[in-house]
Amino acid sequence: MIEEVGTTTEGDLVINVGPQHPATHGVLHLVITLNGETIKKVEPHLGYIHRSIEKMCESLTYRQFIYVTSRMDYLSAHINNHACALCVEKGLQVEVPQRAQYIRVIMDELTRIASHELWWGAMAMDLGAFTPFFHAFRERETINTIMEETCGARLTMNYMVPGGVMFDLHPDFQKKVKAFIQQYTSKINEYDELVTGNIIFQNRMKGIGYVTKEDAISYGCTGPVARGSGVASDIRKIAPYDVYDKVEFDEVLETGGDSFARYLVRVKEMQQSIRIIEQLIDNIPEGDFQAKTKAVLKLPKGEFYQRVETARGELGVYIISEGGTTPYRIKFRSPGFSNLSILDHMVRGHKIGDLVAAMGTLDLVIPDIDR
Amino acid sequence: MFLKEYINDVLKAAKSLLTGMKVTGYYFTHRKEIITEQYPDNRATLQLAERFRGEVVMPHDENNQHACTGCSACEIACPNGTIKIINKFDIQPDGKKKKAIDTFVYHLELCTMCGLCVEACPTSAIKMANTFEHSVFNRNQLTKRLNQPGSKIREGVE
Repeated sequence: MIEEVGTTTEGDLVINVGPQHPATHGVLHLVITLNGETIKKVEPHLGYIHRSIEKMCESLTYRQFIYVTSRMDYLSAHINNHACALCVEKGLQVEVPQRAQYIRVIMDELTRIASHELWWGAMAMDLGAFTPFFHAFRERETINTIMEETCGARLTMNYMVPGGVMFDLHPDFQKKVKAFIQQYTSKINEYDELVTGNIIFQNRMKGIGYVTKEDAISYGCTGPVARGSGVASDIRKIAPYDVYDKVEFDEVLETGGDSFARYLVRVKEMQQSIRIIEQLIDNIPEGDFQAKTKAVLKLPKGEFYQRVETARGELGVYIISEGGTTPYRIKFRSPGFSNLSILDHMVRGHKIGDLVAAMGTLDLVIPDIDR
Repeated sequence: MFLKEYINDVLKAAKSLLTGMKVTGYYFTHRKEIITEQYPDNRATLQLAERFRGEVVMPHDENNQHACTGCSACEIACPNGTIKIINKFDIQPDGKKKKAIDTFVYHLELCTMCGLCVEACPTSAIKMANTFEHSVFNRNQLTKRLNQPGSKIREGVE
């Protein structure tokens, strides 16, 4: 039952955070029951940015619906597009050229770094540190420029198409990515100096928002939230797609389970992404960047499912086809929704100031939760 | 004992704060490493990527000719109904009728810059331009006619 804002019969205070609040990074509405400053219950209210993307996809063809998914988790737009393209390819049984697979994985990892950079800056800003935000954006801007040059857009790329990628890499791409890796590795120390080693930051993160391994599994958490509690849930390792089975990288696991563990997972994940890009960037094979597909795509009758690892966790795309040019039904399993559901569990008993810190480590993107 | 721990904590906190301030201080004294751009003051020197998808345009050559056959492939490919092609029939010198575009209507306000129309075009008649300042005072100005007045299809384009 939705609690009314005001005072309950037990003398608890019920307040609203959001839907427009700088700490929620979007239109998330939390109804919080407080006993003094201690949180008794957090109830997220959704639906403020619901655009019925799943229903919209039913009226769009298999080529057209991919662009809409950029608007779900806009920070990992490439990876969303990748998931859809892979699912359609599964139905069409198209062999994607090696070159396209390499490009896709490099783009995915660049997106992951850009997404974690933004999270890192916003996370520090939630805790009151404003400078790290600009340091994070400096690196993110470099990635955005690389994306803009090759894909033609900075955020909603729509670069992946069924059968490959839309156009070939920009001639400067490899040079610029290498320059970015150099820039990133030279600046990584600043990150630790500014935030990770800071004693105020550590005191606000350690022991806050504790999630046990069992809870992470039973709430369906994926991505860095689950890995911060020691649950091995990296889809890139469990069910490798494209060339992820050819590259060497470690799945970052922390056993702390608190906000600081989740923070460390993301920071270390950025370095693993750099490692993946370093292995691939010099070995992009020559050849086609797109497989030959028919002008009008028709999936055979049946059901197709593909899951990928976005920057936030596991994204599943489930297509039911009746054999036509448009999907009969599409379902997205978004990582943000499951990760949000654990918020109430992990902040109960903490102070209201810790809510923002704990919520920041969930890395919520609201359009991904609401779709 | 408690006092000693307390003072230790304060010193540790001060040290970590200074470590952070060192980074801030570095950029405060090294102005050259600041990469912020002063838009819109730098409009004259602003360079955008060539592939940047800003709006759909139809390139015309010096004879006011374009490559659009009016096949409507872009209209079908568009997810939002951004493009509307109105065709007409030209009567050629030999008396035969030939299909040609009368108006290529482009609704910029509906466009999401996905680039699917450019992908679909068989004659490369349209392309994405990297202009991005689209603000106008009247929304009617956002509905554009892409083929120039009096333009014709280029010879040899089928």
